[in-house]
Amino acid sequence: MKSITGAYEGVFHINGQTRRMVVFPQDTLLSLLRGHAVSLSGAKPGCENGDCGACTVVLDGLPVKSCMKLAVESEDTAITTVEGLYDTEVPKQFLDKWAFQCGYCTSGFILVAYAMLLNTSRVNDAIITEWLRSNVCRCTGYQEIHEAVWAAANARGNGT
Amino acid sequence: MKVIGCSIPRKDARDKVTGRAKYNHDITVGGTLYAVPRLAEYAHAAIKNIRTVAALKVEGVRAVLTGQDTPFLVGEVLEDRPPLAHGRVLYWGEPVALVVADSEEKARLAASLIDIDYEPLPVVNSIDEALKPNAPLIHPDVDRYTILNHPVYPKSHTNIADHVHVRKGPTDPLWPQCDVVIESRSVLPQIDHMAMETRSATVEILPGGRVLVHSTTQAPFAVQKMLAHYFQLDQGQVVVMAPLVGGAFGGKAAVQLEILAYLASRAVGGQMVSVVNSREQDFAMSPVGTGLDAHFRLGARDDGKILAAEITYRLDIGAYTDSAPRIARAIAAQCTGPYAVDNVKCDVLCVYTNHTYTTAFRGFGHMPMTFAIERAIEKLADALKMDSLALRLMNAIRPGQSSPTKARLTASNVGDLPKALNAMAKLIEWNGGKVMKVGPHLIRVQGIASFWKTSSSPPDAVSGAVITMNKDGTVNLSIGAVECGPGTKTTAAQILAEKLQMPVDRVFVHLDVNTEVDPEHWKTVASLSTYMVGKAVEEACKDLIRQLKNLAAIALKCSPSDLAVAGEKVFLRDDPQVMVRFSDIAHGYRFPEGDTIGGQRIARGSFVIRHLNLLDEETGEGRPGPGWTVGVQGVLLEVNTETFDYRVVKAASVIDAGKVLNPQGAKSVVMGGMCQGLSYATRESVVYGSDGTFLNRQMRSYRTVRMGEQPEQYLVEFVETPQIDAPFGARPLGEHGVLAMPAAVANALSRALGIEANQPPFVPESLWALAGGEKA
Ligand code: FES
Ligand code: FES
Repeated sequence: MKSITGAYEGVFHINGQTRRMVVFPQDTLLSLLRGHAVSLSGAKPGCENGDCGACTVVLDGLPVKSCMKLAVESEDTAITTVEGLYDTEVPKQFLDKWAFQCGYCTSGFILVAYAMLLNTSRVNDAIITEWLRSNVCRCTGYQEIHEAVWAAANARGNGT
Repeated sequence: MKVIGCSIPRKDARDKVTGRAKYNHDITVGGTLYAVPRLAEYAHAAIKNIRTVAALKVEGVRAVLTGQDTPFLVGEVLEDRPPLAHGRVLYWGEPVALVVADSEEKARLAASLIDIDYEPLPVVNSIDEALKPNAPLIHPDVDRYTILNHPVYPKSHTNIADHVHVRKGPTDPLWPQCDVVIESRSVLPQIDHMAMETRSATVEILPGGRVLVHSTTQAPFAVQKMLAHYFQLDQGQVVVMAPLVGGAFGGKAAVQLEILAYLASRAVGGQMVSVVNSREQDFAMSPVGTGLDAHFRLGARDDGKILAAEITYRLDIGAYTDSAPRIARAIAAQCTGPYAVDNVKCDVLCVYTNHTYTTAFRGFGHMPMTFAIERAIEKLADALKMDSLALRLMNAIRPGQSSPTKARLTASNVGDLPKALNAMAKLIEWNGGKVMKVGPHLIRVQGIASFWKTSSSPPDAVSGAVITMNKDGTVNLSIGAVECGPGTKTTAAQILAEKLQMPVDRVFVHLDVNTEVDPEHWKTVASLSTYMVGKAVEEACKDLIRQLKNLAAIALKCSPSDLAVAGEKVFLRDDPQVMVRFSDIAHGYRFPEGDTIGGQRIARGSFVIRHLNLLDEETGEGRPGPGWTVGVQGVLLEVNTETFDYRVVKAASVIDAGKVLNPQGAKSVVMGGMCQGLSYATRESVVYGSDGTFLNRQMRSYRTVRMGEQPEQYLVEFVETPQIDAPFGARPLGEHGVLAMPAAVANALSRALGIEANQPPFVPESLWALAGGEKA
């Protein structure tokens, strides 16, 4: 367990790039990512208490609500944000299946789906529900998101 | 070239799925100050004393404002709301003070250190309490407030902020002629919009006098007008920028944070100040959706023909009016639902309570209204022992009839509800609502409900479009409608592309709105953007085509009337080989000798809805909108009669869309609405404690539908009865998916359990209690 009391210079690995940055004890990973030094605003604040998933990023292959994680805790982990998934399957399927409207929840859903595919060799409806229940969308009917996630699973060869 | 009627991908799609689309608070400027409000911890109390000393001592605090610094009242219709509470707090969560500091953390800390003495006052915690003879008066001065936008009729010495009447034919003589008379009461709670992006606003006041506002608003031009009005500015001084909005549902049409941010910026010499709602603040401090208590008396002949209706709608508008008087008029104008009733008496009351104030909410009052109507219709069908779909068909509103406020209905303006009802019967294989047993304690049952809605927009609401051409022949489109999610900007681009017969990907539409450069669009509400913006875009296209032909005629040495436009070319109708490309004339035409005429093609179109008027004070007579959208929704539920748990197997909608402009876009916006409607039916409600505390102000306690809780199957169909004055005949569609879903669920549950499910949300426990509780 790391303990810091004031400004702290840490090494962060974000979307495959390594950056040395100064963080403070109270900084969340969400505020670090969205702040001027990094400026990756794909992760969104929706509640900042773990309820909505709009701020989801992937840390070492697992989805994490970045509003609930201190920046300093994510030092030396591999951080993936939605910007890091550019041109990959999951966003492509979200686009194809119209799995967004306002788009505010979209990065969070994409990252949970991405992590789910990393961690499960074969998905089914129950698994998709279990993983994606962590997030809230207020615009879509969820069906579109569900279909996009299935399509991404099939594209990578779901369990085959 | 065919663009209309095709599922054109949205213009904002790629940016949104890659996380690169920018919302209001995604771009921050270093050095911005933050303002954090201190919220009231009482629903009704006198403010005795506010001590700000400790807050001011926090390092980095620049200013602390209280109600004394903001001695004026604001309001969209009736000016009854202080930006910061004056003297008394009227709802739990009302902003009482505002701290401006270098950072959000410091401002929040300082806000928590403000010391406030309150003297608690009796809390008006429901509509019934508000209307009791000796109820505490929430606004003792209600009759002395300034009316900014007529009409509104506050009643002195009461908690009634407004009263709207509809009188269409006398009802008293009709009752004796009725074979069946039913009464029905429905009670719906306040609900929250809960857009995923919380509201935020940033204001900077420049020394030169310009006021720059960045906001999550869906009504940038309303923000502009409000700020100009309250701070004595020219409208041109106020520049409001509205980027993509992360969900709005009506909740971002209200102007609240912009005023706070302006006050904060003014207090620190005009520096840039942001106010960003926390989720808790967004729930409790910013406006929610109105609650409703409705009473129906319906009378019919034994063949089902409805003869008379007496209806009272009492709205829980919370502590301030905001847009409630306009919502009340929208309800009044559609008060019978989409059914022909010649003799109608309806009263709509806006009732003040010590609840969070309310504003527009997807459907502008029509979702709770539809719930109450459709529960009454269902009860009437039961009393008549008639199939409820047949009853709806028999009374369905038709061309040639008139609306409750005596607006004339035509095939063009009212569409075809009977057709939609028949289509719904097929779509969900309507069985008359009979209960089907599918397991030991499992039954399946269907429920349906119809709706109608028109815009109820002010008669002087305007919309505009400006098209500029780039040198290469591509076009830029600028409109004042905000992109909140439904794909408004893409639809506008589609209309342009179709009119000019050019590829839609060569049309570039300005995704943000800036009041300084974009033409006004009243507000991105009422599902009106396609109609109003579409009409303006059509006008602008006509203008552009005229300009292109005039210039091409010179280049081609012919008359403009010899020419046609398509495929980014202007050509001779009888010999298309003789042509100029858009790129040859977009920035003027250059003769072979080099001299040039014309200049850049810049076209404009503007639109205002004709023949609307305000409803008459006594009878409600008036025309509330250019056309109606009618539709039917249905569900198939599976209910466990032992646990009272249930799930939505199928959810279906048939809507008269006039013309579907973008099939995939239309389907997804309707499905999203359906899901939201099911969420209201099954779990959503603002919960107030006995002292008026807003209890469930987090997403873990204000529950919405999540993955796996959506219906197993969505069925969405459209019928198309063109509204002939609308672009390509299309009717508004944005809000409608939500409107009748709660009613359909209630109708199904009522049949399933033999109860009157008249008070959503329907959770197993409330159903169990309705079914007799322990005794069942
Ligand atoms: S912002 Fe992190 S879970 Fe909502
Ligand atoms: S697309 Fe708007 S919240 Fe999901």
